[in-house]
Amino acid sequence: MELFFQQVFNGIMLGSTYALVALGLTLVLGILNVSNFAHGDLYMLAAYITFTLIVNYSIGFWPAVLVSMVTLAIVGVFIEKFVFRPLRDQSPINPFIAAVGLMLFLETFVIVVWGPRGQRIPNPYPGAVDLFGISTTQQRLIVVVAAVVLIGLLQLFIKRTTMGATIEATAQDREGAALVGINVNRVSSVTFAIAGALAAAAASLIAPIFMIAPGMGALPVMKAFAIIILGGVGSIPGAIAGAYVLGMVESLGGGYLSAAYKDVYAFGALVLVLAIRPTGLFGKEEH
Amino acid sequence: MGIWGFVRSKWLYLLILVLALALPLAHPNRYWFQVVIISLVWSIATLSLNLILGYTGQPSLAHGAYFGVGAYAVGLLTLKLHMSFWLALPTAGVLAALVGLIIGVPSMRMRGHYFAIGTLCFGVIIYTIAGNWMELTGGFTGLLGIPNPNAIPIPGIGRISFANQINQYYLVLVLLLITLFVMHRIVYSLVGYGFMAIRNNEVLAAAVGINTFRNKLLSLTISNFIVGVAGGLYAVILGSISPSAAHFNITFYLLLYLLLGGVASLAGPILGAFALPLIMENLQFISEYRNLVFGPLLIIVIIYWPRGVMGGLVDLKQRVQNYYQFRKAGAARAVASAETDQAI
Repeated sequence: MELFFQQVFNGIMLGSTYALVALGLTLVLGILNVSNFAHGDLYMLAAYITFTLIVNYSIGFWPAVLVSMVTLAIVGVFIEKFVFRPLRDQSPINPFIAAVGLMLFLETFVIVVWGPRGQRIPNPYPGAVDLFGISTTQQRLIVVVAAVVLIGLLQLFIKRTTMGATIEATAQDREGAALVGINVNRVSSVTFAIAGALAAAAASLIAPIFMIAPGMGALPVMKAFAIIILGGVGSIPGAIAGAYVLGMVESLGGGYLSAAYKDVYAFGALVLVLAIRPTGLFGKEEH
Repeated sequence: MGIWGFVRSKWLYLLILVLALALPLAHPNRYWFQVVIISLVWSIATLSLNLILGYTGQPSLAHGAYFGVGAYAVGLLTLKLHMSFWLALPTAGVLAALVGLIIGVPSMRMRGHYFAIGTLCFGVIIYTIAGNWMELTGGFTGLLGIPNPNAIPIPGIGRISFANQINQYYLVLVLLLITLFVMHRIVYSLVGYGFMAIRNNEVLAAAVGINTFRNKLLSLTISNFIVGVAGGLYAVILGSISPSAAHFNITFYLLLYLLLGGVASLAGPILGAFALPLIMENLQFISEYRNLVFGPLLIIVIIYWPRGVMGGLVDLKQRVQNYYQFRKAGAARAVASAETDQAI
């Protein structure tokens, strides 16, 4: 039973990072109709920026995370402006392919700057914590709490601010939003900035626990896409629920069945859901 | 159109064919010859992706995985079951098509980029299985020592052995020509028009009575059979394979070849599959960093030249023709107006 709860907690931790990655991705997908495959490489880039700040410039963990988030927000704005904005009115596969190009570029860029070998960020909070009989580390606990805080802040931003309202309006109807005077270009920039910052937060928080490597973004982004499809495209609660479900499936499957195939469960779950409900768990019917 | 007319209209393609057939006479060095042979294999694979993506409009991104299924099928059948290569190759195609059916039926429920993402996820599943099923696939070490295609005995002449590069080259070239022929027949048939109708507007296609689900599945099956065969050729030419033959990077490279060469054309995929690997080999000194060039190149092409080099050439030709037709029309109008003047 102890093992079970241990796995559940690991599932929650994994789910928290997936949620942060998937939220940014679902915002971009739902609002701009761009399936940004390079999102995983933004995640990876962020991990390396945090690594450099901590290891080479000996900046504290939290300031490093913050700088990384801001940097990635700026990178996101640039990407939107120079890669995805010119492709806005083309068929949806074209932005996807541009994203693949971006992915190839970013991955190689990181290899050029930091080398192909994996790196490790020293764990700022290695202390063990005993939580209702489950032993874990402080860092893992921080990941879970930080994810909840960030998700809450994002929800507040979207529901309570004017900027958030314009984002929602653009998601519902781009032309309608433009018609009532919303600057959709600015909404696009802000959305990409948020997505970049969330990816940076996820990567920076989890980097001290796992190794960082140039290929580390490929699987999380694919899982994030699986989560989005699971939860229903454009649905924020769907993405959050999907992320935790996936984290749990992976953790329990990896713990009880076989760790080598843990990546398969995620995509297997996706297949199962799609076979039953092609619009995802929380998705609206197509129109 | 007599034979002469055919030669006149297709002289460029015929010239390329003659050059391709004569290539071994130039005694290219082993290394470059290998690059050319592998490019031929990529051409076959890219043509197959073109059928499902370019003509049917379904971005099936598990294509790298199907390629891997074909490669592993040939490798395992010839190595472990000692099956003849000539039987193993079509079997590889059939297996890839079957896997495609298993994946295709649930993913066809999705549309547009959801289909793309869904199929990509399936591709990762296949890659993970290839890397972890030690007993069957040899894990990440892969399969080594895949035998050359069995020699074909020809009565009176002897045996055609495929242990040398020249015969391997002709083998792949012939299969590429067959693929090209099949693609040509499909694209200009009623079935092909059905595929293109689905690509252009799926709802409208369904409304005019095209069974979209069955047609998409048919296109996927044909496409997968061909990519499976390409994978099989890849395995036998390299003589060893690892899970990287099923990696999604293969899909991305095929996409790159297809888009840069020209999507939804027959010459484009071959152009892309030849030009890019050759350029990459020439850029050996930056080989590790070539994606620094290719990534942005892909973005620029998709923004400014979404139909690739072939699309650009077709546009150019159209413009030139329009220009001349306009001039001709102008001249005709001038003549006509002159005649009217005379009539009055």
